[in-house]
Order: sequence, then structure tokens, then C-alpha cells
Amino acid sequence: MRHYSVFAIVKEAMGYHQGWERAWRNPTPKAHYDAIIIGAGGHGLATAYYLGKNFGITNVAVIEKGWLGGGNTGRNTTIIRSNYLQDPSAAIYEKSRSLYETLSQDLNYNIMFSPRGVIMLAQTEHEKRGYLRTAHANSLQGVETRFITPREVKELCPIIHLEGPRYPVLGGLWQARGGTARHDAVAWGYARACSAMGMDIIQQCEVTAIHRENGTVSAIETTKGRIGCNKLGIVVAGHSSHVADMAGFRLPIESVALQALVSEPIKPCMDVVVMANTVHGYMSQSDKGEMVIGGGADGYNNYTQRGSFQHIEETVRALVETFPMISRLKMLRQWGGIVDMTGDRSPIISKTPVENCFINCGWGTGGFKAIPGSGWAMAELMAKGHSPLADEFGLNRFREGRFIDESVAAGVAH
Amino acid sequence: MSHRLPQGGRLIDKTRTVSFTFNGQKMRGVAGDTLASALLAEDQMLVGRSFKYHRPRGIMASGAEEPNALVGLGRDARFEPNQRVTTTELFEGLEAQSQNHWPSLETDIGVVNNYLARFLPAGFYYKTFIHPRPFWKYVFEPIIRQSAGLGKAPKDRDADRYEHFYAHVDLLIIGGGIAGLQAALAAGKLGKRVLLIEQTAHWGGRAPVDGIELGGKSADAWIAATVAALGKMKNVTLRNRTMGAGVYDHGYALAYERVTDHAPMVDGPRHRLWRIRAARIITATGAIERPLSFAGNDIPGVMLASALRDYIVNYGVAAGKCIVIATNNDDGYRSALVAKEAGLEVAAVIDPRPAATGDLIEAARSAGIPIKQGMAIAEAQGGKRVTGVKICAQDSDGSTGEVIACDAVGMSGGWSPVVHLWSHCGGKLIWDAAQACFRPDPARPPLSHDGEGFVFAAGAADGHATAAAALASANAAVGAATGHAITTRLPKVAEAVMGDLAPIWIMPARANIQKRAKMWLDFQNDVKVSDVQLAAREGYESVEHTKRYTTLGMATDQGKLSNINGLAVLADALQAEIPAVGTTTFRPPYTPISMGAIAGEARGDIFQPLRRTPMFDWHVAQGADFEPVGQWRRPYCYPRVGEDRHAAVTREINATRGALGLLDASTLGKIIVKGPDAGRFMDMLYTNMMSTLKPGRCRYGLMCNENGFLMDDGVVARLDEDTFLVHTTTGGADHIHAHMEDWLQCEWWDFKVYTANVTERWAQVAVVGPKARKLLEKLGSDTDLSAEALPFMAWTDAKIGGFEARVFRISFSGELSFEIAVPASQGLEFWETLIEAGAEWNITPYGTEALHVMRAEKGFIMIGDETDGTVIPQDLGLDWAISKKKEDYLGKRAQARSFMDNPDRWKLVGLETLDGGVLPDGAYVIRAGRNANGQNNVQGRVTSTYYSPTLDRGIAMALIHNGPDRMGEVVNLTDGKGGQIKARICSTIFFDPEGEKQNV
Repeated sequence: MRHYSVFAIVKEAMGYHQGWERAWRNPTPKAHYDAIIIGAGGHGLATAYYLGKNFGITNVAVIEKGWLGGGNTGRNTTIIRSNYLQDPSAAIYEKSRSLYETLSQDLNYNIMFSPRGVIMLAQTEHEKRGYLRTAHANSLQGVETRFITPREVKELCPIIHLEGPRYPVLGGLWQARGGTARHDAVAWGYARACSAMGMDIIQQCEVTAIHRENGTVSAIETTKGRIGCNKLGIVVAGHSSHVADMAGFRLPIESVALQALVSEPIKPCMDVVVMANTVHGYMSQSDKGEMVIGGGADGYNNYTQRGSFQHIEETVRALVETFPMISRLKMLRQWGGIVDMTGDRSPIISKTPVENCFINCGWGTGGFKAIPGSGWAMAELMAKGHSPLADEFGLNRFREGRFIDESVAAGVAH
Repeated sequence: MSHRLPQGGRLIDKTRTVSFTFNGQKMRGVAGDTLASALLAEDQMLVGRSFKYHRPRGIMASGAEEPNALVGLGRDARFEPNQRVTTTELFEGLEAQSQNHWPSLETDIGVVNNYLARFLPAGFYYKTFIHPRPFWKYVFEPIIRQSAGLGKAPKDRDADRYEHFYAHVDLLIIGGGIAGLQAALAAGKLGKRVLLIEQTAHWGGRAPVDGIELGGKSADAWIAATVAALGKMKNVTLRNRTMGAGVYDHGYALAYERVTDHAPMVDGPRHRLWRIRAARIITATGAIERPLSFAGNDIPGVMLASALRDYIVNYGVAAGKCIVIATNNDDGYRSALVAKEAGLEVAAVIDPRPAATGDLIEAARSAGIPIKQGMAIAEAQGGKRVTGVKICAQDSDGSTGEVIACDAVGMSGGWSPVVHLWSHCGGKLIWDAAQACFRPDPARPPLSHDGEGFVFAAGAADGHATAAAALASANAAVGAATGHAITTRLPKVAEAVMGDLAPIWIMPARANIQKRAKMWLDFQNDVKVSDVQLAAREGYESVEHTKRYTTLGMATDQGKLSNINGLAVLADALQAEIPAVGTTTFRPPYTPISMGAIAGEARGDIFQPLRRTPMFDWHVAQGADFEPVGQWRRPYCYPRVGEDRHAAVTREINATRGALGLLDASTLGKIIVKGPDAGRFMDMLYTNMMSTLKPGRCRYGLMCNENGFLMDDGVVARLDEDTFLVHTTTGGADHIHAHMEDWLQCEWWDFKVYTANVTERWAQVAVVGPKARKLLEKLGSDTDLSAEALPFMAWTDAKIGGFEARVFRISFSGELSFEIAVPASQGLEFWETLIEAGAEWNITPYGTEALHVMRAEKGFIMIGDETDGTVIPQDLGLDWAISKKKEDYLGKRAQARSFMDNPDRWKLVGLETLDGGVLPDGAYVIRAGRNANGQNNVQGRVTSTYYSPTLDRGIAMALIHNGPDRMGEVVNLTDGKGGQIKARICSTIFFDPEGEKQNV
């Protein structure tokens, strides 16, 4: 792998950048791999990366129906935080956040992790008590958060309007080490690193069947032929139920479209991420200058990755109240991504009824921030059969009623 | 230089001048100008700086596709960044400022990026700024952020207002060019309800500029007659300045009307968002001319050939005195002819086609315009203004050639149909090789709920290059959309016959890398041919990868000029066909729309409906300190002068426990459940047995969701055999009602039950305290309210002090308490009557905080405090409220699951600190050691914590692991500051454990 650096750029500039090599290879599939990951989104690629990096398993293929990073990895609002309430959630999201901190250096690819800080606004007494509780929980979980006053909120985010006529800002839960990253770069960086380890990333290759022998996974059928494997990881947010069905088991998941939009770019006016769950909206400003805005998920199940209007209206309305200056900005683009929703809004990283077949799904509206931690845990689960980070997120929790419900800390989207 | 021509300008009125400023400099245009035409008339070609390299940029287009000429408009509370000058109608006093430069437009420090461009190719930032790690946050990112962005951020609250319109039509026609007008005419004659919208201020689109004759008249005359005819049709609505913004599922569409942008002095909303439900939609959205890629194609003065022609014909403005046109198709010659006829010098038409012939080419030749066939522009020269072009053979590397001096260059790379609206909702495209464009594939339209296509394309948007074909397609689209045969006649068209375009994307064909690094594809984002080729080389081969890696098409124009050219370059680099490469996804809106318009009227006080109880104004007059509870606002307390919240709450509790308090409980949810199966339904809804409740009696009940978790609680009163009145929590009223309906409509549709949410029909007052009965006796009641006649947990109708009321003997405070409901219209009067009559006992209104403290003193749970969606009734010691006899209720099966059935859970207990202090909200109970993930172990958490004035000490409730078995044990809790607090486990009932006070 060609090392990226400013010196490499200067050197290549002399030749008008005609000497750069491919970021990842474009291989034809081999007959058999030690492990196959279905889904070359952030989570799938991270799983492959940590299989190689932590466990030395590099005879790996990552199979992708479309183009790598083309699902929710490339459609989210790029927020990274770990101020979760429940222990298992805080553990995996904090692992993820800490991996993000050094990910650019690990991958030698600038994923632009920007620890600019995340505020979750408290706008009712009830919400305030909820965030106070989260702050207590976080202090025991090793997650650095603090409940801050309205004045501190205003200092961190001058464009906010504290005295909204309906929901005054009563304070906020502040995670200084949360932030954002460049979403595409996360997928590309992992893909490049996986490829450099000798793994095969096979794009434009749709899985059509999953073969089992005596209850153990043996191979997958794809549009590029049959590929054998010892272990299989299904990491296909948005289509999880569909692929699980090929392996013969069902998932407690509903698929809905989550809506997001960006404004036209403007000069920097907001350095932090603000989430306002009472009014249902969150906003940050990208390095390009766009205000990146997210809100709710459509109230009906579907697989179209389209923007719809009703949530956009509600979200923009809420944010105009919270940040009055955005009224004269313009919406540039809106889109939707299909998210997996579980009954407790927490993910599934689990063994399955099929031996040697593992699944990672159900991240709901909060998957991007989890990519490194999710990949780390999934790789450990696939390599060793269990992982402390993943164990609580098993499929059996639905049968036992052992839910990991974050609804207190994340009323809507996260 | 660009200038106003002595004659011409079909849209302007030269007799009326309009003054405006650009960067503070006074300028003058005329009525009918756009800001773009007025700037050009004042020779202001340089209007902005590009995003990445800060290159000087001029006006490139004449419409919504403009990538360069963006300005900030207005000031203060009416400032708006990133406004396209080409779609800004000029008005008196307009103030515009150019963007993205420092210190000035002419001298911009940021242009240093331009000189470093060689080191800043596509995606350079992914390859550097990696070390040292802290530098990204503290050095690199701040610099990148500052240099990125375009316009300045508005600072003030928007002074304008916005509104929404709703429309339901048979046919929505988007685009008021000749195809849209013809379609409206045909559909209007069928009697269909038609809405025709046009994004500009003018009808007719490009036809008048193209010099086409319709029905033996000028295009302008035909358009005027058609608009007049449509105006007479009652079933047809016409709206100009209204852009089709988005097409959504099932015929839902958004349109964006700019009502007063062009006339800010007129009173009215600035923008109006149309929310349209259309049975069928016709997109007659026209086409956009493509630029050509040659070195220096971004220099101010290089523009679309059609824009050059628009400015001459529509506004009487010439972009230069000496023009060069570069074109790969015949339409470019039309622009050359218009320029020539306007008296400008046309130095050359550069046409890479070796031997093209056609009407327009012949006309140009006979007009004396030099035509250079088989030739290309090797490079455009100039800095802030084009000064000439070097020309060469198209089939060359462009290293040698003659220079033609000029001060404006028009380029035409063919036309791309505007397919955005067709594509928003899933319409597919096909590649039209003859015209080198994507156009709608009629076989794969967006599908509606019925599986039928609901969008139909017409005119240039459907890929029709001639007026005759465009008009015919309009009739055909109406026919297809309505299923009717169309008899509306088409006008006879006189227009030039056109030859074939040559799909040439790069000039010259063998341009070297130095030249390709100066060929702009995306002008705003500074993406060049070399960047797309780099992306392909590095494996970013998917069109989405290329877009995201290079930022091609991601600027405010969303690639209206760059997409097809970029695709062509990518396809060439991958040695693939363009249709195999495909397009990126078209997303709404077509052009950016204001957030204000999206929010509409719902701002400020009416952002969300504010729900007020009948006594709301009284609370305000008393200076109540309110808190939002759902959409309600409830008094938190009623502080008197000099009191803080704490003092007020303490006084309210002491007064209530001592004598008499009054609570406005009107916000509590009240739902009527009625019908022969009401009892059966209630038994399923609640964990308790409700069907055995006798009329006249009340019962406290618990509601769980299907996962077994406690979701709401409250008192149920049986009004008669068939009727229950369900009280819910304030926050629960709406979702509990929806929950009931969900089950009744989706699962138990055979139950004979109706529900009605009557929350707002009643004002409800809790009369609380030892003197409560005395107060009611003083007012006089026609019904016996004694403890014997109306015991605890009974209710009765009564006339109290002349008010028809329903009286419930229930208590959430542990005091003797009557909750009295009167019709909402009499709520305020009743409340005031109580206040007046209670004066002798110092009657004290209390707010939500006193309510919370008093219920905690009694160990009553509060939904949302003791519950959080993970708590089951068994955790709260409420097993008594779970019927063992019932076969089923919502949540029963879930509660039998192994983890929930396990007695080894966190359970509700009381906590008292050793020193009498108040525990912090949200504190956790710590257990020794750490878990497998290195987190400190916990064994419980505080659910409610208050200062109790009654006991003069802190009290708390908590869920603690096996808590009830650990009475008296001292546990450690987090103090929220890194330390710990000790507290002792105790009963949840801190006050009056025997219930002596409430049962009197």
C-alpha cells in the first residue's frame, strides 16, 4: 500500500498526480475464503479490518451488492458520541469513539474525526432529569460527559435561541470528545486497509443464497458465482431481514427510512453538534459549510431510500425555532436511508441459529458512530465465539426479555 | 466589455430605471432586469470566487443552473446568502454582496489556493493532515472550515413570514414553456383540474429566444394568446415564480412560490410552499445547455452560448463586444446569429465537427460569421476576464494554434433534459445516443399507489429538440396521463432544421494533463477533468464514489451543468459506455428552497399548538412559573414576591398538608371507553381486573405495552355498565388513546367498543387537604359528600356551589382530596369560586413540583420517573395491581419471559441520606468491582429525589437490586462530582403510612 502523506502528494504533484495507485484492488472472487463478510459498508469493512488486524485472519472477502460505503455509511449525519445510558451501549459506543480518535493514523487515511463536542439539549424538566441520570451513569462507565447550564450551551453554540417560546433550553448533556467524521472516508479508509492486507472487496456482487450443510454455513451463491467460506458475517443494515431469510432465520427488525437534509454551505457559524430531542431535530455544520440536519424516521416500513417530506417539515420547523438564523438558509438536498429498528432500539451482534454464521444489524438510527467498535466486537465474536462488547447484544435477549432500552437517553433518533 | 445594447430586450422596460448596489457600489438597471442582466449591463462580469481555489468567476448561465454568480442579498434580518443573480429579479434598492473572498472580490488572499492547485487535487485532504494527531482539531480543520463555506451566515431572526398552501388537482404541470402551456390547454379542455406552475416570472420558456414561429405568429404572440385562453378556464390555475421542488410518493409534490422576493416592499409572505396532491404530474421542465471542457473554461466572460443569447434577446444586454462561440451542435450557431444581429462582432464559431451542415450553419455563413470546422479551443486566455482563445484542431493536443481576441465566449455542448422531478420518485432514464443525453424512459416511470406511472414528461424535458416535437409530446403526455384522446390542435411551427450533435466532451481530443487540469467540470466546487480522471485511476469508479471523492455535482447547483460532462469523462476514463456508468441520484429539491418556507407559519408562538387549561389565564395573572409538559404548560409553582422556586414549593406543600391546597389537574388525560365489550377491552388493556369494577367506584390501574413494560397508570371510574372513564397521565393522553385505537382497529376489531378522548372537555380541580370537605360544604352540594356516602375511591355526580360537577374521591397526595370535574367552559369560574370561598383556610394553589413532592412523600410512583420503558410493575412492588385470575392482558406473556420473571431484579425502595441531605437527580447505586468491559458495577439508581418540607429532609425512591430484602442497608451512590454519598434503604412511604389522612 502506498503510504499517504504530504510528501507523497508533493511528489505526485510533480507528475500531475498520474502516479497514484488504486486505493483498493478490484479482484475476482476466489473459490473459498476463511471468512466472508456480506456488506461492504462501514460495519462490514471494519469487521474485516479487525479480523485481520486483531486476529490475523486475512483470507477474507467482503461482498457488496452495490458500491462500497453506499448504504447508510454514506447517508448519515456523521455524528459520533458515546453518552449512552445503558452499560452495554456505553461500552461499545465508547470503544468506537476512542477508536475513531486514532483511526486516521491507524488507517493512514484522513477520516477527519473532529472532536468538536456534542450537546444534547434538555428542554423539559423531565428531559433534564434524564440527562442528569445519563451523566451519573457515564461517570461510572468511563465516558466523559457533563450536564451544562444554558449559559454554557450559549457559549458553545452562539446561534442557539435559549428562550424558545415553547421549550426553553434548561441545559444540556455535553460530551466534549464527541463530534463528527467524514463518513465516506471511513468506508474508503477501511476498504483501502483491508485491500492492503490482501482481503478481497468484491463490489457489484449480490448474494442470492446462503448454503448450509448440517446446520453449518458452507458457501454463498452470488451473481459472480458460488463462494465457499468457513465463517460468514452478515452486515447489511437496511436489508438484514432479507439476507437472514436466505440463511433461514428471522429477525426482530423493522425497516424504515430515516430522513436527513443539508443546507447550502455557509461560513462557519456552529462548531458543535446540537441534538434537540424534545422538538426532534439535530444539526451540525460540516467542514464544507453545510448545515447537516437530521430528524425522525418515517412511520411506515419500506425499503425505498427516498426522502419524504413530512419529517423534513417537522425537523426544519423545530430547528428554525432552536436556531432562528437558519430560516433564511436554503435546503440543498434531502435524502433517506433505510435503518433496521429492533424492539429495544439497540443493535444485534450475535451468533445465529446457523453455525458459523454471525449477524451484525439493528443499529437503528445510530450506526455510523458505532462503526469501529461494532467491527471490533463483531470480529472478536467471529474469531473467538464471544466478545464482552457484543455478548449483551445477542439475539437471545428478545426471547429472555433482557432488553437494552435507550429510550430514556435517546427519545428519538441518535 | 459587457454592456446594454441600444435596442432589444423583450422583458425589460428601459424607460424605468432601477437603482441597486453591488458591494456597496451604486448601479442602475431597468425594470424587468434580473440582477445578472443588470450587472452585465454595468460591465460587472466578475461577481464571485470559486469554492476551493477562489478563482475569479463570472456569470455563466441565465437561469437556475448558475454555478458561479452567487451573492448575499439584503441586510440584517433580511440577509440571505448564496442567492443566484440569474434568478434574482431586480428591484429598487436591492443590495448585493459578492461572497467567499477576503479582503475583496478583486483582491482575494484565498486565491493562493489557485496557485497551489497542483498540490490540491481531488481528495488531497484524505491523504494528508493525518499527523500529528492533535493538529486536525486545532490547526488543519479550523483553516479548512474557514476557507470553505460560501456566503456568510445570517445573524438575525428572520423578519419575513412564510406560508403553506394545499392543492389537490387532477393534473400538475411543471414548467410553463410552450410544452407546458400546450399540455395545460389540452388538459383544461378535458375539464381536468389543472395546476400549471413556472419557476420564472415569464411564460413561454425558451421559444421566444429561439425565434420560433407558432401558428404563423411570433412565439410571444402565441404564448400571450394561450395564457389568456388558460386564464379563462375556471378549472386551470396558473402560477409563475413557482418552482416544482420535489415529487414524492403517490403524486405528492412540493412547489416553491417566491411571492415577494422580487417586490419586498409589498406586504405578504416571502415564500409560499405548495403541498400538492396530484393524480398525475407532467414534467415540462425544459432542458439545460451543457458547457464544453477546454482549458480556462471558467474564466469570467466564458459562458453558456444560450445564456449569451438570452441576455441579448430578453434583456438587451451583450456579454461582450467581440464574441467567440464554441459548439458541438447546431444550436450554438443560433447564439452566434443572435449576437451578430444585435450588432456584435462574432469573431468565430469553433465547431469540432469536421463537416457539419444545416440551416443554422448556412445562415451563419451567409451572415459573414467565420466558421472554424474541425477546430477546438485549446485554451481560453485571461485572468479576471477572458481576452481571447487559442484555437487548434480538435484532433490534436492543442500545443500550437492561433489566438483569436475576444471578450466573451459562448459554449454549447448540447442540451440535457431536466429530468430531476421525473427521477425524484424512482423514474428511470435511458441514454439518447443521438443527442448524447439522458431522458425519461416512458417504460419505467415513477409508480403510484395503483402500480401505474404517475409522472409523464413532455417537451425538451422529454428529450425533444424541436418545438414541433415538444408540442406534440405535450398532447401525448396529456393523453397518456388522462386516458383521453386529445383533440386540441397543435400550432404550425416554423423552425430551423438541425443537424446532429457530436458527443465531444473535451477540447481538444488529445489535450495533455496540464490542459486537463484547467478544464472545469464543476465550476463552483472546482472539480476539473483531471480530478475525475484521478478518481477513476484510484479506484473510485462508481459514479457515486467519483462524485463523493471529487465533490463533482455537490455544490449549490447540484451538478446541473457538470453531471453529464463529468459522467462522460468518467466513462472515458473507465473505457465504459456512459449509460453503463449511470447517474448519481437526483434528490429534492430541484433548486434550494428556504428553511423558512419549509417551516411555514409554524414559528414562534404557533410553532406547536400551545394547550391551555381553562384556568390558564388565572395562573398567568398569579405569576405562575410554568413548565412545558407535552404541549401543555403547567404551573411549576406560584412564587410570591421575593420567593424562589424552593421557597414557593415548600410554602405550597405546607399549606396543603396543613389546611387546603388547590391543583389544576385539567391536563390529566380523560378517555371514555364505551360499549358492550368495554369491560372485556379494559381487562385486556390493564393488568388489573377492571370488568368487576362497580359503577360509582374508582380503581387505580396499570397499563403495560406488549413487551410487558409499564407505560401508564391512573384512576379508572366506571360511569355505568357500558362506560368507563380512563384517567391517564398528562403526557400519556394522546398516545394512550392512539394505543387503544391501535389495538381496537388492528387486533380486536370484533370488540364492540368505542373510545373518545375528552381531555379538553372537562376542567378538573383537585381540592386537597384537611379542610377540603369543609370547603365543599361551605359552597353547598346537592349530594352527600361525607366519608360514609362518598368513601375513598368512589365518585358521584353532584351540584357544588351551583356547578354541575363530577366528584372523585381519589388522592395523589395522601391528603383528604376531591378531584372535581366541571365542564371546561365553567372551569375558570369554578376555580375562582373555590379560591374565594377557601380564603378563610388560606387556600393555596400549588404547582407540579408540590404535586411531585407530595406523591413521593407517600411513595406513589410517577410514570417517567419510576418508569423509563424498562420497568415492569413487579419491579415497583405493584404486584397487587396485577390480576392473577385473568387469562390474558397486554404484557402478560412478555412478563413471563425468563429475565422478567426472575425475582432477582432491581426493585423499588426508599432511600434516605444519613445526613438528611437531598440525593442528586439520576444518581446510581455503586457496587464494588468492574464488569467485563471495565465499567464500574452498579446495583441500582435513584428514580425520584426531593427535599420534603413535611419531614424537613431529603427523600428519594430508587430501584435497587433486591432492594426490598435489604431494608436498613447503607449503600453508596454517585454524587455527580466524582465522589460518593451514602444513603440507607428504607420504605418508600415516608409519610402517613397508614393512610389516615386520606381516608377521613
